[in-house]
Amino acid sequence: MLAVRDQRDRKAFGRLYDHYAPRLKGFVMRSGLPAAQAEEVVQDVMLTIWHKAALFDPHRAQVSAWVYQITRNRTIDMIRKERRPVPEEIEQDNAVAPDDAGQILAVEQETRYLAQALAGLKPGQRDAIEKAYLGELTHQELSTQTGLPLGTIKSRIRLGLKRLRHELKGMR
Amino acid sequence: MPVITHHIPDAMLAAYVSGNLEHSFALVVATHVSLCLDCRAAMEAHQALGGAILETTVPEKLPKSLKSSIIDRLDSPMVAAPGYGRSGIFPAPVMTALKGKPPRWKMLGAGIRQSILSADRSGSARLLYIPPGRAVPEHSHNGLELTLVLQGSFSDNTGHFGTGDLEIADADLSHQPTADPDVPCICLAATDAPLRFKPLIPRLLQPLFQI
Repeated sequence: MLAVRDQRDRKAFGRLYDHYAPRLKGFVMRSGLPAAQAEEVVQDVMLTIWHKAALFDPHRAQVSAWVYQITRNRTIDMIRKERRPVPEEIEQDNAVAPDDAGQILAVEQETRYLAQALAGLKPGQRDAIEKAYLGELTHQELSTQTGLPLGTIKSRIRLGLKRLRHELKGMR
Repeated sequence: MPVITHHIPDAMLAAYVSGNLEHSFALVVATHVSLCLDCRAAMEAHQALGGAILETTVPEKLPKSLKSSIIDRLDSPMVAAPGYGRSGIFPAPVMTALKGKPPRWKMLGAGIRQSILSADRSGSARLLYIPPGRAVPEHSHNGLELTLVLQGSFSDNTGHFGTGDLEIADADLSHQPTADPDVPCICLAATDAPLRFKPLIPRLLQPLFQI
């Protein structure tokens, strides 16, 4: 992803495509769109990854998290035919703040722990979480139904948050 | 950055990230996150979880031609819908809802003004202008009401809300937000159902003002 962002490397983009595009199609189809429309979303998301690569910040997120949000936004825009409100981007200046390898590794590690925690849930709990993040539950349902499984991974989220928060505060 | 003490509940952030919030509430969440690093960090943690789920999704076959057609299109510029940056007290999501223009205030009575940003069956979002020391007529809610302070501050029977703070009022709460005496209080307010006003006059005006 960094090669795509910094060197505009098309081969690297091809590898990103090979990894993400088929998963994206499966993911979008699970959230309820038919195959043809899912492929349309895949195409839009991959083009967005290329054009908006400068916004990707490995100090705050892994590629998967960034791609997830782009995909959900695009899917919802397509289903509801409206534009979803999105927060302001945080301006980053790579010349002033060079990459901090320690922070990038920490985010990678936290994300790995988070994925392990998710994999370690009972199938029913995991299913509820997956459904929620695929857009199948309202926030009332989220707070009542997923309270239990969310609780088990919350400490993980929080650890990651702490780091994120410090880093974000340092950027201001 | 303002000192923010009233934040977005975690379940609501998760609902925003996964796209489960009505448009009017999503606008409030996106605006609060634009002002609040704590909630931005919490939001990004939910995105990380969404990403972890994406990684474990079973891949689906794609037509071979799709990859080459996407790579062929990398050089053509992307046609993006216009977005607007922050302007004064209004963060980018509010400016985008205003389509880049200043709010068009309409009088609600007693010096209170509003500017409707969106209104449909799923709910409404609007900007509210409350003169210093003035109170919004007492009302309760059929559903949920989110109020985010963009300038100044207000108080009601649940507490004090300063710039950047978010008040969440559900169907059980009847309240009368009163602006603090120093500066006019400007809020972004969103509901998923019409408000219920106690005094008769605002109730009669309700259909007219879409609140």
